[in-house]
Amino acid sequence: MSSGPWQFERPPDLPVPQPAEEAEQFFAALRAGRLAIQRCTSCGALAHPPRAMCRDCQGVDFDWQTMSGRAEVYSYVVTHQAVHPALNGYTPMATVEVVLAEGPHLTTNLVDVPPDEIEIGMAVEVVFEDVGDDVVLPLFRRSHLS
Amino acid sequence: MTRRGDIAGFSNAVAIAGVGETDYSRASGRTELMLSLEAITAALADAGVEPREVDGLMKWWVDTSTEAEVAANLGIADLAWWGEINQAGNVGGALVAHAAAAIHAGLANVIVIYRGVNGRSGRRYGRGDVTGQRGRGGGAFSEPYGLLTPQHGLAMATRRRMFETGVTSRHFGMQAVAQRVHANRNPRATFHDRPLTLEEHQASRLIVDPFHLFDCCLETDGGGALVLTSADRARQRGRPVPLIRAAAQAGPGIGSPAARIASRLFAIAGIERDDIDVIQIYDHFGPFVLFALEDYGFVADAGRLVEEGGTAFDSGRLPVNTSGGHLSEAYMQGMNHLIEATRQIRGESTAQVADVAFSFCDTGIGTGAVILERGEP
Ligand SMILES: [Zn+2]
Repeated sequence: MSSGPWQFERPPDLPVPQPAEEAEQFFAALRAGRLAIQRCTSCGALAHPPRAMCRDCQGVDFDWQTMSGRAEVYSYVVTHQAVHPALNGYTPMATVEVVLAEGPHLTTNLVDVPPDEIEIGMAVEVVFEDVGDDVVLPLFRRSHLS
Repeated sequence: MTRRGDIAGFSNAVAIAGVGETDYSRASGRTELMLSLEAITAALADAGVEPREVDGLMKWWVDTSTEAEVAANLGIADLAWWGEINQAGNVGGALVAHAAAAIHAGLANVIVIYRGVNGRSGRRYGRGDVTGQRGRGGGAFSEPYGLLTPQHGLAMATRRRMFETGVTSRHFGMQAVAQRVHANRNPRATFHDRPLTLEEHQASRLIVDPFHLFDCCLETDGGGALVLTSADRARQRGRPVPLIRAAAQAGPGIGSPAARIASRLFAIAGIERDDIDVIQIYDHFGPFVLFALEDYGFVADAGRLVEEGGTAFDSGRLPVNTSGGHLSEAYMQGMNHLIEATRQIRGESTAQVADVAFSFCDTGIGTGAVILERGEP
């Protein structure tokens, strides 16, 4: 085992996103290094996961608002037993729900916080993790911002 | 009879006339269809109804035995009503609502609701075999990060609720122990012969933290069935009649499904929470029993209730999951809760609550719920 700071090791057999049509731009923005959330151009409501229709005004026209990338840990779980084959050999593994400064919630992983150090309320910021096959995921690290 | 808030026309017009189940095991050695057929024939015998009289069949969407296969095996002459409800395990109460409404509307006379599943030896819910999305749909935003099974998302919600309300894993353990005591009285229960202490719960291995092993439901092979027909017909059995006083469902929406369904359900029933004598709650994961008790409005602080032993069958307070539930009897996706709620009305539970007039059954943390009332034969 290498010494040095703890680093998240993503289980390679985890599913990769197979986004529906209305979600494709979310992943396209990530490939371009932006965390962007679907915004209704009629009423301005943000929606995540993306929808076909705005639930507030039933608008169907959207743009994609780039987020600040700042977020807070809202909740988390730690998988200790490999309850799914993709997790074999990768436990304990934490999965985290964060709430973005702009409001939407994302499920993610923390790249530099070991599972036993995660706390609700912890300040984090987005990093872009290239997992291969043209897929980039929004993961998070301890906030370096003040 | 006068009732307040008599919204649903079927209130007390339809009854659960019979219940049946197979043995519960880890390896049934028979098909899911056979498990359903065994449970159905047992329930029909209990109801005093001939198989050919059945003219309605309803099933869990995830159940693999089609109404056509079941009808062919029962020799049904004229299937007039069938259907299923989409979602996972949590649709039992909604099926009761649909079936009761159909009978009251004259669309069918005898509707059987069935569930047969090799949940341990076949497709395993706990491994995401049934609910996994392989990165599609909503799974595109959860599965790539390791939320792969039902316990993952529900553990996430549990952790947040612990943070917000101060409820602890020890409280979850207290409810698990209360249910195990019920299971120890129930010969059908998987854990009939195995006691559980709070210390054992706390020491049990973490599956998906904050869920310990004994916060998670069993995985079970088995079958169960309900026979619904008119209250008048059910009265002919000469025993207390489990009348469907109210049944309702709640799907996607804003706010807790349990809170939304509760206002509908109790308005239909025209009774108050205090009138309920015994409660069954869908316990795929034990912590959700405590959350549901609060969200349905039975109690403001379920942690305190379990500290005081208030969910035991003989507590005189709010007996919960008197068969042992999904944690300790069997995981039949709410079917065993509906059967137990019915037995409590008939006075036939192995952890019988005294003088039950109203029996409450949640079948999926707010997605469906039923209130049964004891009718005289
Ligand atoms: Zn809008």
